[in-house]
Amino acid sequence: MTVTAPAAPTSLSSTGATVELEAVEKHYGAHRALAGLSLRVEPGEFVSLLGPSGCGKTTALRALAGLEAIDAGSIRIDGADVASTPVNKRDIGMVFQQYSLFPHMTVRQNVAFGLEMRRVPAAARRERVIDALDMVHLADFADRYPHQLSGGQQQRVALARALVTRPRVLLLDEPLSALDAKVRVSLRDEIRRIQSDLGITTVFVTHDQEEALAVSDRIAVMNAGDIEQIGTPEELYRSPSSAFTADFVGQSNRLRGDLRGGDVFVYGFRVPALDAAAADGPVIAFVRPEDVAFAAEGVTGTVVASSFLGSIRRTTVRLDDDTVVTVQHEVGDRRVAGDAVAVRLLGAPVAVAPLT
Amino acid sequence: MSAAAGGRTAGSRRPGPTPPVPGRRASGGPAVPVGRGTTRVPRFGAAPSRVTAAIVLVVIGLVFAVPLVALAQFTFRQGTEGSLTLAHYTAIADPLNAATYQPVFDGLGASLLIAVIAVAIVLLVLLPAQVITALRYPRLRRVLEFVCIVPITVPVVVLVVGFIPVYQVVAQVFGSDAWTLSFAIGIIALPFAFRPIAAAITAMDMAVLSEAARSLGASWWTVTWRVLLPNLRRGITAACFLTITVVLGEYTLASFLSRTTFQTALVLVQQTDPYVAAIFSLGALVFGFVLLVVIGRIGARRTGEKESA
Repeated sequence: MTVTAPAAPTSLSSTGATVELEAVEKHYGAHRALAGLSLRVEPGEFVSLLGPSGCGKTTALRALAGLEAIDAGSIRIDGADVASTPVNKRDIGMVFQQYSLFPHMTVRQNVAFGLEMRRVPAAARRERVIDALDMVHLADFADRYPHQLSGGQQQRVALARALVTRPRVLLLDEPLSALDAKVRVSLRDEIRRIQSDLGITTVFVTHDQEEALAVSDRIAVMNAGDIEQIGTPEELYRSPSSAFTADFVGQSNRLRGDLRGGDVFVYGFRVPALDAAAADGPVIAFVRPEDVAFAAEGVTGTVVASSFLGSIRRTTVRLDDDTVVTVQHEVGDRRVAGDAVAVRLLGAPVAVAPLT
Repeated sequence: MSAAAGGRTAGSRRPGPTPPVPGRRASGGPAVPVGRGTTRVPRFGAAPSRVTAAIVLVVIGLVFAVPLVALAQFTFRQGTEGSLTLAHYTAIADPLNAATYQPVFDGLGASLLIAVIAVAIVLLVLLPAQVITALRYPRLRRVLEFVCIVPITVPVVVLVVGFIPVYQVVAQVFGSDAWTLSFAIGIIALPFAFRPIAAAITAMDMAVLSEAARSLGASWWTVTWRVLLPNLRRGITAACFLTITVVLGEYTLASFLSRTTFQTALVLVQQTDPYVAAIFSLGALVFGFVLLVVIGRIGARRTGEKESA
C-alpha cells in the first residue's frame, strides 16, 4: 500500500540553524566525557552521533541542549555562543529516551506546554497544537492522557511537543530505544520525513548503527569523547578512516594480512588499503561480508552456520587455520553446517589497523 | 498510516481477565475466578480461600471494632445502670460546663496549630529536601532516608530526654507555648511523611520531566509548580495527613515537656468527666480513621490508574 505523507503544516515550518561545537570538553570527576569535541551541523541537516555506550554522545547532546555545563570550548547556534544560556532560553526542541510526557496533562496540554511558556495567544496555540498532532497522526488522541497511549504514540506526541514551538534545533536522545523493533522502524522513518518537511537542523543520538545509517545526512562516529570520523553513511561504510569506525559501523571480518606499498595481502589475495599512508607490515584488515564470496578455488574451510536475513543470507565459515569469516551471498545459494567450501576476497578497499 | 499505528491503545482495552503476572504462578495452579471480568491468580499457590480470608477479616475487624464500639457505647451510658443517654454530648455545649471543658478545647486548638506547623515543616523543609535530593544529589538519597527514618527507631521517651535541654533553649527563644512542640513533633513525624513523598518521587521520572519542561522553556518555578507538584500531589497529601494523625496521637512529648495539647487535656479532663474525655477520644479516632481511609483511597486510585496504563 502506498502511503502519502502529509506535508508539514505551515504553522510548524522552520528554518534550520547552524550548530557548532568547538573544542568542547566535559569532565565528570577524573573521567573525561568530552575530549575537545568539535562538530558543525549545517542548517536543515540531520546529523547522528553514533558510538558505543560511554563514548560521550549523550553528553554532547545534553551540552548542546544546555542540560550539562561544559568545562571548556564553545557552543554556537547561528553564530551566537549559547554555552552560558540556560536550557529554557536556548530555543531547542528535545525528545528524550525515556517517556517524558507530563502524566497529569492530556496530549493536548502536553503539546501546548511549550507554547504557553512562550505566551502564544490561546487561539494560535489551539491551531498549532492541532497542526503538530496532525503531523504525527495523533490529532484524534488529543484528549487522552499519556498512560492511555502506547510507547510509540507517546514518543510521537513528544516529537510534536518538541516541534510545536518551532525550535531552531531538534535534539533526539535515543528516542526509539524503548520501542519494539517494528514501531522503531516506523517512527524512525516518520521522524526523518517530518525533519525533511520542516527543514529543521537535527542532532540524533543513537547507539544503533542501522538507525543512524538509515536516516542521517551525516554520521559522527564517536569514541572516547571525541569524533572518530564524520561523513555520509556511504562514506563511513565504504571508506572508514579508522579501524574503530570499520569495526563499529557495519559488520567486518578481521583478517590478518601484510601491508606492502598500499596494498594488503590477505590469504594471497591482494586488496587495496583505504589508508594509503599506513606503514608497511603485519596488519588487521577489516573486510565486509559482502566483499567475501564463495568460489570454486580459494581459501578452504567448513560452514559453521548460515542465517537467512530476508533478501540476503550470511554464512559463517571456519577456515582451515581456525579464522572465522562471514560471507554475505544470495538467498538462493544455500549452505548448511559442515559443507566444505572455498572463499575468496573480491578486492574492495579495506580499512587496516597495525597488528599489535 | 493508521493513526493508531505504533501499538496498543487504552481505547482498545476492555474489561477482561487480568493477564497472569510472570513469576507469580510458580505452582502452575489455575487462575481462580473471583468476580465478573477479573481473575485472581494464586500467589505461589498459597492464596487463602474465600472462607479463610473472611474469617481472618472478621477476627481482625473484631479486634479493632470491639474497643471502639465499647468506647462509643460508653459515651452514651447513663451511670452504672446501663441505660443510654445523649446527656454527655449535650453537656459539652452547655455554657455551665465551659470552664470544665475549656482545657480540652484549648488543647484541641493547640494540637491543630501544632498540626499546621508540623505540616508546614513537612512542606517547606522535608519536601524541598527530597525533591532537590532526587533532582540534583541522588547519591544523598540514602543519607536523607536514613536521617528521616531514624526517629522511628528511637523510643519517644528516649527522644524526650534529648529534647529537654533543647527545649530549654527553645523556651528562651520562642517561649513555652504549646505550638513550640511542633518542632519536636515535626521530627517524630519525619518517618511517616518521608515515605509517601519518596514513593511519589520514585513513581515519576522527576529528572526527565524537569528536563523536558526546561527544554520547552519553563523556568524552575514553573517546573516545580506546573510539573513536579501536580505529580507529587498524592504523596504530599498522604504525608500531610499522616503528620496530622501523628500530632493528634502524640502524648508522650507533650506530657514530658509540660505542654498542654489535645491528648494531655483529655487525660486531665478524664479525671473529672470520663464521658467527655471518651467522646473527644472517639472523635479523634474517627478523624484519624477518616484521614487514613482518604489516604487509602488516594493510593487505590493511583494503583488503578497505573493498572489501566
